Amino acid sequence: MAVSSSAALTRRMMLAGLGCSLAASPLVTPMTFAATPGDNRLVVLILRGAMDGLDVLRPVGDPDFADLRRVTLGKERAIPLDGFFEMHPALGDLKPMWDAGELGFAHAVATPYRDKRSHFDGQDILEAGIVSNDGVPTGQDGWLNRLVASLPGARAETAFAIGRGELRILTGAAPTSTWAPQTQLELTPHAERLLELVYHDDPLFRDAAASALTIVSDLEQEATMGDEDVEMGSMMSEMGVATSNKALLAMTEFAINRLRRDTRIASYSITGWDTHAGQANRIGGPLRNLAGTINAMKIGLGPEIWGKTTILALTEFGRTARENGSQGTDHGTGGAILMAGGAVRGGRVYGDWPGLAEADLYDRRDLMPTADVRSYAGWAMRGLYGLGVSDLERGVFPGLDMGRDPGIILG
Amino acid sequence: MAFSAELAAIRFGAGLSPRFAPPQSIDTMLAVLRGPDLAARKYAGATFEEFAALEREYRQLRGKASKADSEAGRRRFLDQSRDVRQAGQELAAEGLRVRVLRHVASEHTLRERLETFWSDHFTTRLTGGVRQYSLFPYMEHTVRSRVTGRFADLLKAAVLHPRMIAFLNQDSNIGPNSPLGRNSQKKRGLNENLAREVIELHTLGVNADYSQTDVRNLANVFTGLSITRAYAFEWDPRKAEPGSFEVLGRTYGGRDRGLGDVEAVLDDLAAHPATARHIAAKLAVHFVADRPDPALVDHMAAAFAASGGDLMAVYAAMLEHPAAWDPAPGSVKWPFDYVASALRALDGAEATLADLPWKALNAITAQSTARMGQQMGRVMGPDGWEEADSHWITPDTLANRITWAMAAPRRVAKPMPDPRDFVRTALGSRAPESVIFAAGAAQTRTEGVGLVLASPAFQRR
Repeated sequence: MAVSSSAALTRRMMLAGLGCSLAASPLVTPMTFAATPGDNRLVVLILRGAMDGLDVLRPVGDPDFADLRRVTLGKERAIPLDGFFEMHPALGDLKPMWDAGELGFAHAVATPYRDKRSHFDGQDILEAGIVSNDGVPTGQDGWLNRLVASLPGARAETAFAIGRGELRILTGAAPTSTWAPQTQLELTPHAERLLELVYHDDPLFRDAAASALTIVSDLEQEATMGDEDVEMGSMMSEMGVATSNKALLAMTEFAINRLRRDTRIASYSITGWDTHAGQANRIGGPLRNLAGTINAMKIGLGPEIWGKTTILALTEFGRTARENGSQGTDHGTGGAILMAGGAVRGGRVYGDWPGLAEADLYDRRDLMPTADVRSYAGWAMRGLYGLGVSDLERGVFPGLDMGRDPGIILG
Repeated sequence: MAFSAELAAIRFGAGLSPRFAPPQSIDTMLAVLRGPDLAARKYAGATFEEFAALEREYRQLRGKASKADSEAGRRRFLDQSRDVRQAGQELAAEGLRVRVLRHVASEHTLRERLETFWSDHFTTRLTGGVRQYSLFPYMEHTVRSRVTGRFADLLKAAVLHPRMIAFLNQDSNIGPNSPLGRNSQKKRGLNENLAREVIELHTLGVNADYSQTDVRNLANVFTGLSITRAYAFEWDPRKAEPGSFEVLGRTYGGRDRGLGDVEAVLDDLAAHPATARHIAAKLAVHFVADRPDPALVDHMAAAFAASGGDLMAVYAAMLEHPAAWDPAPGSVKWPFDYVASALRALDGAEATLADLPWKALNAITAQSTARMGQQMGRVMGPDGWEEADSHWITPDTLANRITWAMAAPRRVAKPMPDPRDFVRTALGSRAPESVIFAAGAAQTRTEGVGLVLASPAFQRR
């Protein structure tokens, strides 16, 4: 199979950065159906466990930062971005994306969740996008589902919840698809025919089984394309890349393959952010996973689709401004959003910086949120899908005041 | 549409079994419910207090770890705390085994279904520590023992349970003018979560005629309802808002504000006409169809109202109504019920299931149901698991059901039954021609049994 060498090499190296035997091949022609809601892609990565925004996007220009953070920063040099902020060294592979204006951040953001700092409630609120007066999540549906509900022409394949974990963000009345790449459906052709017979008169079962068989056969086809797997395996080991997070690789690969077809919205989770102790050693892994995921997306989607793609990486809350006694940080309030993609106006850090002097902190302990995570998500949806602000404030994020457009989406 | 013994087992029980004949009449079904709980006598599970004791120990060890003066000491305490948590996990796994065995090895299984329904109606979810594993004792000792009594008693037991109080933040519902509310420097005050769900979900239903003021005032009546750090119920007068509060036209409180007011308001909510309708509709949806015949719901609601919320009268009304026996395939089984009914049909499994190491049992039950969309004990919101068939049958979850049907029977059924017999065991006279054909045309026993279990006829009630 002849593959244009430079493109293939770059792609392989980038995928190897994630440790990914990615079968999403540029040889597969992306199909675009006219009936889908536009061409733009939105990927929401939920960073479960509370990512430390102050470590990931370090405000080294703030005079109080150096006193707050010592051992958690580790010894490796951070990556200067704009003179005020530096990026965690484990995100180094994303620096070219920053330089190209395809990677950006928003800092000092939070959901409306305050004070109790429970992962589960925080994630519920992040995904539901609504809170009651008591600060508890209401209802079971998530805001990405409500987005799908307001997209004309949306079908079940328009949005995919990927992975085994609960993804409340895509749960709700609008039809969406779920698939865990680990799910297997191995049937002999004989059994498959008998199953079709058994399901023939029950449309619910018939249609679900047909979709499942299609997805599985797509995956098999993609997996057998070319002989790149072996080669990439050796390349990965040459580069000393860990391939521990197989589930994440599989989810990313699956997401890419869907987004190259008629899926426009995808969401899945990256875990490992709850760095209460030994943060300098523990946060690198999840950050490299995040960087690898984003780089794999760029390469796997190819330039045309990447240009229409926005990735938002969101977490339930930030962590304490001060380090704790075990060289880590505890549950906090304000944190950061990472955004990437060809559709993103990157190369900059959005937001109003509240400062880190003790009086500037929330509860004298956490980074003070100066913007709502949901307003960034809302403006992204406005930019990508043309939804009206009032529709977003009523239908997708009821009760939210989206405020001024920060302009995170190009175009 | 008249009583059918097969439907009695499939729609109102854990399914057909090669060992037990299905119930022969509605009277038998009701008489068994009125009689002693034989299944609970045969297989017993741990109490909530056992979990609470482990939770206490777990927290103490975590506390010691955080105060340890050396890294070695910290590690030792953390290791010990992990052992305690593992003990809780094993207790929960044994609770799951008890539930599975009762579904598989009991002659009558309507009580199992009622335990599932009411535990879901009064959904509780806790996360972290050992407490996260305490769902089964709540189901067993708080819900199951009351499913044949009065609705008001079930309501009070569930709402006052530590799991419910913790799940719906009732422990942080503090009267602004209570001793704690007045002395507190932090923002503390009413938390309406439990009050709202009691009205919206547990009693009147969200479409009933009530106001935000009723919710607010019910939250005021609830202030004082709390739990100790050791997860025991307590009435904490320091949190109780003084005064009188009107809920749906009646006044509660006054000089001796206390638990008596809470019980009184719950009794009144249980007796509200909207509650009768709400409960009747929910039962009909769960047992009969996503969109049940309105006449069935009316009949059940009337029985609820006339009997003062006697649940046996409501079940009798459901079973005696012709719409309950519509022979068309009914609702899709929830994953746990699907797995349990399949194990029941496979039989021979009692000894295997009783002896299986808990991790192996988990693999074919809890882990499998999680892949089918039902992670036991981790329901998303206070409104419980979804009823809509379309929620349960998606490409991913159906693929996992099919995979289970093809793979799990091998682990418990030795020898594998002949699929041509098994299709009759599992579906009786309800077996469609296509499934009978597929069972006979399969290339192996495993495939044939799998096709029967994967069929809509078996996955629906």
